[in-house]
Amino acid sequence: MRPSKRLFVRTLAGAAVFAAFAGAASAQQVVKIGLLATLEGPFAAGGADGMRGADMAVRERGGMVAGKKIEVIKASSDAKPDVAVNATRKLVEQDKVDIMVGPLSGSEGIAVKDYSKTQPNITFINGSSGAQATTLVNPSPNFFRFNTEGAQWMVGLGKAALDKGYKRVMVIAEDYAFPYSQVQGFMVEYCRLGGKVPVKAWVPLGGKDYASVIARIPKDVDALVVVLGGADAVNFLNQYEQAGGDKPLVGGSITVSQDILNYKGKRRDSLVGTIAGAPVAEAFDGADWKKFVADYQKAYPVSAGGYPSPSLFAFVYYVNMKAALQGLDEVKGDLSDGQKKYREALAKMVLKTPTGEVRLDSNRQAIGTSFVTEVAKDSKGELYNKVLRKVDNVDQMLGMKKEEFKIGSRDEPNCP
Amino acid sequence: MSRFWKWFWGIAIGGPIAVFVVWALASNERLFLVTLLNGLTLASLYFIVAAGFTLVFGLMRNVNLAHGSLYILGGYLGYVVAEQTGFWLVALAAGFLVAAIVGLAMQVSIFRFMQGEDLRQTMVTIGLSIVIADLLLWTFGGQVHQLSPPAWLDGPLRGIPVINAYSKYRLALLPLGIAIGVLLWLFLNRTRVGMLIRAGVDDRGMLSASGVNVNLVFAITFAIGAGLAGFGGVIGAVELSMVPGEDVRLLLASLVVVIVGGMGSVVGAAIGAAILGVAETFGLAYAPTYSVVFTFVILVLVLAFRPRGILGRPA
Amino acid sequence: MSAAQWRKAMNAGAAAQGWPRQRRAASAPAGAARAEAPAPYADQDAPRWLKWIWERVAARHVFVLAFVLVYPLVATPFFTFQIGAQSLALGLIALSLTFLSGYGGMISLAQMTVAGIAGYMVAILGVSGTAEISLGWPWWVVVPLAIAIATVCGTLIGWLSVRTEGIYTIMITLAIGVAFHYLALQNYSVFNGFQGLQKVYAPTVLGVNWGEPLPFYFLALACALGGYFLVQYLVRTPFGIALQGVRDNPRRMNALGFNVTAHRVAAYAVAGFIAAVGGVLFVWYNSLITPGSIGTSWLINILIIAVLGGMRHPIGPFLGAIVFVLLQNFAIDVFARERFNLVIGGVFLAIVLFSPDGLLGLWAAFRARFANADARSRISPPRPSGRT
Repeated sequence: MRPSKRLFVRTLAGAAVFAAFAGAASAQQVVKIGLLATLEGPFAAGGADGMRGADMAVRERGGMVAGKKIEVIKASSDAKPDVAVNATRKLVEQDKVDIMVGPLSGSEGIAVKDYSKTQPNITFINGSSGAQATTLVNPSPNFFRFNTEGAQWMVGLGKAALDKGYKRVMVIAEDYAFPYSQVQGFMVEYCRLGGKVPVKAWVPLGGKDYASVIARIPKDVDALVVVLGGADAVNFLNQYEQAGGDKPLVGGSITVSQDILNYKGKRRDSLVGTIAGAPVAEAFDGADWKKFVADYQKAYPVSAGGYPSPSLFAFVYYVNMKAALQGLDEVKGDLSDGQKKYREALAKMVLKTPTGEVRLDSNRQAIGTSFVTEVAKDSKGELYNKVLRKVDNVDQMLGMKKEEFKIGSRDEPNCP
Repeated sequence: MSRFWKWFWGIAIGGPIAVFVVWALASNERLFLVTLLNGLTLASLYFIVAAGFTLVFGLMRNVNLAHGSLYILGGYLGYVVAEQTGFWLVALAAGFLVAAIVGLAMQVSIFRFMQGEDLRQTMVTIGLSIVIADLLLWTFGGQVHQLSPPAWLDGPLRGIPVINAYSKYRLALLPLGIAIGVLLWLFLNRTRVGMLIRAGVDDRGMLSASGVNVNLVFAITFAIGAGLAGFGGVIGAVELSMVPGEDVRLLLASLVVVIVGGMGSVVGAAIGAAILGVAETFGLAYAPTYSVVFTFVILVLVLAFRPRGILGRPA
Repeated sequence: MSAAQWRKAMNAGAAAQGWPRQRRAASAPAGAARAEAPAPYADQDAPRWLKWIWERVAARHVFVLAFVLVYPLVATPFFTFQIGAQSLALGLIALSLTFLSGYGGMISLAQMTVAGIAGYMVAILGVSGTAEISLGWPWWVVVPLAIAIATVCGTLIGWLSVRTEGIYTIMITLAIGVAFHYLALQNYSVFNGFQGLQKVYAPTVLGVNWGEPLPFYFLALACALGGYFLVQYLVRTPFGIALQGVRDNPRRMNALGFNVTAHRVAAYAVAGFIAAVGGVLFVWYNSLITPGSIGTSWLINILIIAVLGGMRHPIGPFLGAIVFVLLQNFAIDVFARERFNLVIGGVFLAIVLFSPDGLLGLWAAFRARFANADARSRISPPRPSGRT
């Protein structure tokens, strides 16, 4: 072998030996946390930001909790439920994580929740999946969601739309569980206060051509409620403007989130004035939120791939990881007896998040804060979301009684 | 087919379509006309991309499943060039050239050595498509890249009777598609190289036996086919935005267009694109949940009765 | 003529073009050599089955069988379930493709679609989390019905595809597969759209929950062995030989009086049956089925698995499935999981460019080199280079 190659091999061997010893030495002082986000496929950009949020929560504690070192094992999915379950199973059964944080998208969340029932001794905490059914239909005793879900995020938006004078709206949303929840959250309030939704257009996820949907927009609606995410939102906004559309928009939580406002292309000035419902708002002036944003910007400057302001995904993953670590702190790292004490601590926890307090209901679903936001332009010409209203203590029943509550679907709720 | 059967099928297929057209015009003529325009403009994009695909297949019997990757390669690079120079036309040229060069490289370095092994070539294109798509995902990330139309095509064209307003850019796609079609036809039928290509499509062995440098002809054809895909990519980057996953969509559209229209026939690609574009947009407008079923039914009908496509020639 | 004589006659005939190559060159001398070497027990009064075993079963068959039987008893439940059982289920679906393309010469990208149809039927006709759609019939009605429906669909896909030649088949089956994917994605009344159907569990039969890692592994193993022996058996029957003849030279077979289309459609039917069984296993493995399970990436993945292993022998797809599943699960530990597609695409490309017969081809080349080296070092003629 050449001398340089010999040196390389020896260094490698030495490093391996050292790592083995180091690993052996610290084996018993580690708590393993599995982290799952979508790093491929349609939500790849959101998944990357979610992981940044989770990393921030770990870094806040200096990488240690209750005297043990935190080891985060990352896995990736691509918004497909079967891939998410496979990745989770590997983290839980092969890598032997103690706690699982994830997944990102709504359908994955339901599948992971079903899987969690087969692993009663591991605690599963949500990533950012926001479908209602995850905690409302057949909830799992060891699946915890410290973030509010899609319908909760839209609380307050119905009234804001009516305040702006939108008495008749058309809904354009993607055809899967998360948008159903969002539309339900909006329409429950909007319909109750007298608004009318004559047309609902459900478009396939990833469908690119909105020309036909745009052609179907009736003349007599006042605004469009657009619950699309990622590339679909960008396409729709672009094609709508190109087609000469000028109706105001009401956005879902991921329609005007950071990754859309900052997509690579011309700034869509037509977005200014769009109201939306979301769990975060960049311009919220709470002290904790400002500190969170500053930490994010310091750790992930735009040049290194971060967004100008943390996205919804970063925030939600941060909250869930923080809950996981705070729970560990409260039980002093005691994960014995099937993690019973840990789970009780989680269920009773009052979590302080950058936007307010969060506690869990009987289905281990968060009761938290939602914002009604409006898109505005700052002094630099960048688009951001300013706060119109902050609603606290939003629970999953959206203030209704259990008997009259129906999960959002394509036909529920209805008020033509 | 006997005259009776031709009449029978003409009425069986044309009848319901005529009834539908009359009903749609009567109930909401604006929607119908807008949808028709949408369909034809979408068909233009499909035609541009599928023409390259069918050219490569017709001459070299190479089912280039990396065609979609060449599409997004052209799209992303066109975006970069447009950002740097600010000119959409320069981006168009760049998209065409880059894809053509990559296609040329593929042909010269890989496919040339696999002459005759059609299935193996197809496998290689599948592998290349996965690799190229992932490299582009790595470089550009999962974010949406939306190319803006040039200023003179930006915004709606107002004042059209019945429709009122329609996107200028989208409207411009129609003459662009026709222009590309005419150019291709002229190239294939009025130039020497085009004559060689047509001869090769008919009988590859004979072409080689007449002393023509077949490898050169193949290389040129592949470059043009790939360049068309890249060109289509820049166009699509404005209309449909660039996102990972577009490659599969456009590849499938090309497949359906070529299956329906006929392998190796550019006119067939035009017909197939028109059918697919119109069917897709009408489906999305009038019955969005089942739009793809229409495409499927058309595909199945064509396969069942004319397996070579409408204008296809035997292998 | 007996099947063996027929095989020799076909194989010794005009060289076949195209790819994948079959083991023609190897089998002729091996067969001839076998006839010359004295068979053990040939002269004794041993029962026929013992003679048959001595003729057919080699040491490596026993080794592999013992390995797969003992594996779950020593491996962790994760390895048994996620690696072992998933490889067997995927390998079974890829086996249908290997049968179609290796022995029938038709590369169909719709095998995962057929498997998906079987999976969806199990979910729709049986019990799932979506009570509005699932009919809730018992498993002993649902499973045979699902397999039957999927087989019929596979035959229909075949009927649509056989009227054109080789490479058209890839395009057409890909288009059909994707069309079905979009149908499942956009239809809510039957397929439940994007969400798909969840909580499709394997039934509890005879007191055993067949969804548990160990029983499921043995179920998958039984099905995989069944599929493997079915293919091995079929390719030696007159039908199988005729099919290989159709693959090599359809015109000549047609001139000889064989109904080429009927043979091809029958091959699709058999492949559809194998894929359907694999599909039922796959839906029980995932406990759910969504349009994502039958999307383009999975359609191509099955092709990758089949090519990776090698299309020359039914063991190929299982080898390919094992490598694929290992890469899928452990790539993230070695390099970034996000670049998984790059890795698998690169491996696939390398295999197609340099070793079109996949892992089996590499193995055969390795053994051939060994046998050559062996021969060069001896004076006497070498032993026949093993059974193929």
